[in-house]
Amino acid sequence: MIGQQDVQKVAHLARLTLTPAEEAQFTTQLGAILEYVEQLNELDVTTVEPTTRAIDVSNITRPDQQHPHPNRAQILAGAPDPEGDFFRVPKIMDS
Amino acid sequence: MTTAAPAKTTYEAVIGLETHCQLSTETKIFCPCSTQFGTEPNHNVCPVCMGMPGVLPVLNQKVLEYAVKAGMALNCDIARFSKFDRKQYFYPDLPKNYQISQYDLPIAQNGWLEIELVDELGSATRKTIGITRLHMEEDAGKLVHGGSDRLSGSTFSLADYNRAGVPLCEIVSEPDIRSGQEAAEYAQELRRILRYMGVCDGNMQEGSLRCDVNISVRPVGQEAFGTKVEIKNMNSFNAIQRAIDYEIQRQVEVLESGGTLSQETRLWEEGAQRTISMRSKEGSSDYRYFPEPDLTPIEVPLAQLETWRSQLPELPAQKRHRYETDLELSAYDARILTDDLAVAQYFEATLWAGAPAKQAVNWIMSDITGYLNTEKRSISEIALTPAALAELIALIESSTISSKIAKDLLPKLLSQGGSPKALVEQKGLTQISDSATLTALIDQILAAHPQELEQYRAGKTKLQGFFVGQIMKKTNGRADPKLANQILSKKLKG
Repeated sequence: MIGQQDVQKVAHLARLTLTPAEEAQFTTQLGAILEYVEQLNELDVTTVEPTTRAIDVSNITRPDQQHPHPNRAQILAGAPDPEGDFFRVPKIMDS
Repeated sequence: MTTAAPAKTTYEAVIGLETHCQLSTETKIFCPCSTQFGTEPNHNVCPVCMGMPGVLPVLNQKVLEYAVKAGMALNCDIARFSKFDRKQYFYPDLPKNYQISQYDLPIAQNGWLEIELVDELGSATRKTIGITRLHMEEDAGKLVHGGSDRLSGSTFSLADYNRAGVPLCEIVSEPDIRSGQEAAEYAQELRRILRYMGVCDGNMQEGSLRCDVNISVRPVGQEAFGTKVEIKNMNSFNAIQRAIDYEIQRQVEVLESGGTLSQETRLWEEGAQRTISMRSKEGSSDYRYFPEPDLTPIEVPLAQLETWRSQLPELPAQKRHRYETDLELSAYDARILTDDLAVAQYFEATLWAGAPAKQAVNWIMSDITGYLNTEKRSISEIALTPAALAELIALIESSTISSKIAKDLLPKLLSQGGSPKALVEQKGLTQISDSATLTALIDQILAAHPQELEQYRAGKTKLQGFFVGQIMKKTNGRADPKLANQILSKKLKG
């Protein structure tokens, strides 16, 4: 069973700030989801290969040929805070 | 022998390296943007490497080929089934908030490489260093911190994503390394191998080859590892060696004084020649890896693997062994010649053109290397072809010219090329090895210097050098030195 501490940890990893009420709410909801999925444990899968992907395709590659993107300026213009040729980002570390 | 004081504990270091190598492709790992270094910021970007919603990354075929070949060159098992995973972390050098990497099914595992340590006397010790794994991943962008020259204290940062998505292969060694010297040699051998294959240019200044070191110390004989410290920020082989030597000493001193080490990341400070603590590592980070749903798994067909294996060149260690065994070169010579593939190829081409190995080694390692160092050129840029060098050596071997004349001709041959034989004929530099001609010439010289001759005969035998000088001067260095000396000695004695 998932506990409130697990929810706090997941929230921290996802950089989410939750109120104690939200933590309690998500603990119940996530618990219910996990419980539902746990029904799969009833199946014996010892002889089944692990699935890493839903579609059975492998080895899709492309040739090493350049195709510069036609509108790079637009990419930069879409940023919340462009500065010259750069993307400006907020302070990273609290000193 | 018994002493009152307890025996002093001796420590050994346990070291492993994680090396990130940029693969020399035209385009990024999952999109067709250029990988060119030094272009203006955010010039080589597109929606895929910028992590826009709805885009589809596709693996660059060349990245797969280079990674597989590098794995083969490092004696790894190539995975029958491999896949990519998402490694989640938040840092603004990563536009997607995850890095596409490989977690539990890397493309290559369980390899090794051989390092060779040559001591001052020139004798070589060989050691095998295990390779745990090699995997493919994308590089992150570059941040310029504003308001301070360091991250801490900066008020904002500027992101340049030209490098985001540049293909890397990460190569992790086993903790088989025991000293700074071994670590530096491992890194150099790894770079040599990758350069021989043409899969990575190994330029540490531009960041195409980056090494992180994991290091701990333990009392000799103890099985369990000590507390592990990671060192970053070394941008030369020399720095790797010095950072490790410093860190071994630091860790031993902490333990000897009764302290405890903490698991942390430390930075090598080149200016101060020391490591400083960067951040502590409490347990392993939680990257929440999961299979990358946008990329298909990789199952390289056997026929493809065989083709790639057949394209592997002779590798540095194989060349060293062959030079030592077949050509009977010293470990030292073999090591210098094979350090740069272009030099090894030049040397081999000189041999194919008929030159004896010893002479070819001497010319390449002394005069030609000297010229390359002064002119700041690489061997592929000189005008003297390997065939012409072989011709020059043949002219000396056949006594057509003296080695002094050959050395005089070398600068012109190196800068302008052409046939040494033709040059010798054109300049009339053929060696004078006719004893009648030399006898007549020596008679003339002795007649012209009666005083010196008298002094010589009175016991000042050092003057023989003076007469040799006169002969060489008269003949522009063309006199056969051995023959001229024989005749001169006879004549001087009267």
